Amino acid sequence: MGTIGTFLHAIPLDLIIIQTVNGIVAGMILALIASGLTLIFGIMDVVNFAHGELFMLGAYMGFVVFVATGSFWLALIGASLIVAILGAALQIVALRPLIGRDPLNTILATFGISLVLQNYALWQFGPVVRKIPEPISAEFTLFYLQYPWYRILITVLSAAIIGGFWLYLKYGRLGVWIRATAQDRVMAQAMGIPVPLVYTGVFAIGAAMAAASGVLFAPMVGVSHTMGLDWVLKAFIVVVVGGMGNFLGSIVAAIFISLLEAYATIWLDPSQAVIVSFVVLILTLLFRPTGLFVATPR
Amino acid sequence: MTTAPLDKGTALKELPLGKSGLSHTAVYWIGFCAVMAALIAAPFALPPFWLRFLTEVLIWGLLAMSSDLLIGYTGMISFGHSAFFGLGMYGAAGALLIVSPPNLWLAIVFGLLGAAGAALFVAFFSTRLRDIYFAITTLIFSQIFYVIIFTWTAVTGGENGLIFTRPHFTIPFLVNARFTATTLHWFVLAVVAGSYLILRRVTQSPFGMVLQSIRENEPRTRAIGYAVERYKMVSVMLSGLFAGLAGVLYAVQNEFAAPDFVYFLTSGDTVIFNVLGGIGTLVGPIVGAGFFQLARQLLAQWFGDQFPYLIPLGIVFVAVIIFLPQGILGFARRWLNR
Repeated sequence: MGTIGTFLHAIPLDLIIIQTVNGIVAGMILALIASGLTLIFGIMDVVNFAHGELFMLGAYMGFVVFVATGSFWLALIGASLIVAILGAALQIVALRPLIGRDPLNTILATFGISLVLQNYALWQFGPVVRKIPEPISAEFTLFYLQYPWYRILITVLSAAIIGGFWLYLKYGRLGVWIRATAQDRVMAQAMGIPVPLVYTGVFAIGAAMAAASGVLFAPMVGVSHTMGLDWVLKAFIVVVVGGMGNFLGSIVAAIFISLLEAYATIWLDPSQAVIVSFVVLILTLLFRPTGLFVATPR
Repeated sequence: MTTAPLDKGTALKELPLGKSGLSHTAVYWIGFCAVMAALIAAPFALPPFWLRFLTEVLIWGLLAMSSDLLIGYTGMISFGHSAFFGLGMYGAAGALLIVSPPNLWLAIVFGLLGAAGAALFVAFFSTRLRDIYFAITTLIFSQIFYVIIFTWTAVTGGENGLIFTRPHFTIPFLVNARFTATTLHWFVLAVVAGSYLILRRVTQSPFGMVLQSIRENEPRTRAIGYAVERYKMVSVMLSGLFAGLAGVLYAVQNEFAAPDFVYFLTSGDTVIFNVLGGIGTLVGPIVGAGFFQLARQLLAQWFGDQFPYLIPLGIVFVAVIIFLPQGILGFARRWLNR
């Protein structure tokens, strides 16, 4: 009894609650990135290696628009639009010629794109970390911490963007086209749906979602040219754990993995906490290779 | 995935070389000897800087060649070769730091053991996955090794890496000589050429044929009765061993081991070497490595060290994928593999 008592006592309840909040905040940002990635994969069979770079570029574009206008919200919208256009251009130039070839080609091509984008950012903005200030600076008390409301706002906004997009997929005109193309692209084309346009649109939407999460995330740690790879790795893990191309699964997996990592940082160094998500990935691959959150393995 | 990365069709016409009076074998070995002679003579013609550059290209070429066994012959793209390379490096570093006097052969053994450990791990978990899943998981596994090496400062030196002195070249009771730039070049050349011949033999063996049949049509290979998973595992292990060997050579040449080389960028470079030079040729990746490093060096000389050389090279890389999926040496692919 005594040992159990001390063990229970040793669990820092306040830390766990704080880390739950942190985990959900990080999880929603990750979900926003991963849902774009899984969307692009689900529709186009493209593993977008450059997704982290679109996230990073979104953050930089947000910084540029913010410096020009002084408004965080204009920065959010502006960066999403700019990166969406960039994404459409990339799809037309580099990915459209690869349609019909082995999907491994696209992973190589997007890897090349990511190299170019990352080095462009380094060249253009230099290695200095840029900051976008938080649009609201209010804080509330969480145990002994002053917790910024902004983080809660990010969570809500990410959820709103994902939810809005889901509704659009369900009822919007392009949304219906997208779902039709995902089901059967040949039949969709036969029905008069402009499939190449849908592809470009999907890539642009995915890019915009990555950019939006980049801008939302930027006030928390600052913008640097290397931020892309960490996030794309996490997003890859999420997408595999959630089931490749499974929209809902990747959102659940994003929150699940972020929570685990947040709890792990109670006892581990943050740079080692990443290993927790690697372990989740390995276990998933061992026991449920089609994804943890897939109802019926395909 | 018939031929190349990644592309269907485009069967290659035979090169006219084979139709000259000499047999294919004779032409091939004459060409091989000519290239070897040029590389052996290189130290006498090149200034020290370019000699060192050439030695390094050979090492990168070995790394790229090892990954070609997976990409070009088995049809699996590995984005995690930095793990094998890096563990070879750190294994060699361990042997050179622990055992005194530092012994070259022990460094190679330790490096190969390190790489084999990583390769066993990757082979066990990743080979049950195909295509993009394999690519993604190899990438993530290499990051696991990177995080471990980066944070385990007590053993690996963390961010600073490990520094050691170059071992002597020894043959027990016969030779014990300090490496000069020239002999080091010859040593590296011997290892790389030997590896090439072994890999060429492997890819032409019945085992290599099964690998290529997995690349062409995995379900059918399975249906015929081959244990596809086992072949893939052996292929990953072999590839990892040769990548580890490249890591040992790099450690011996540069006298340090750094976590940067375990980082993903090394794996990315390896894939670029392969695609540029032409996958499935074994020689192509070496040519690709040479092309890449030369372009990088020249761009740095013309525009300064800060020039973002990966922007033009990245664009070239994407263009090669779209317009020249066979790579620089793709035209000679069938001829080289005969």
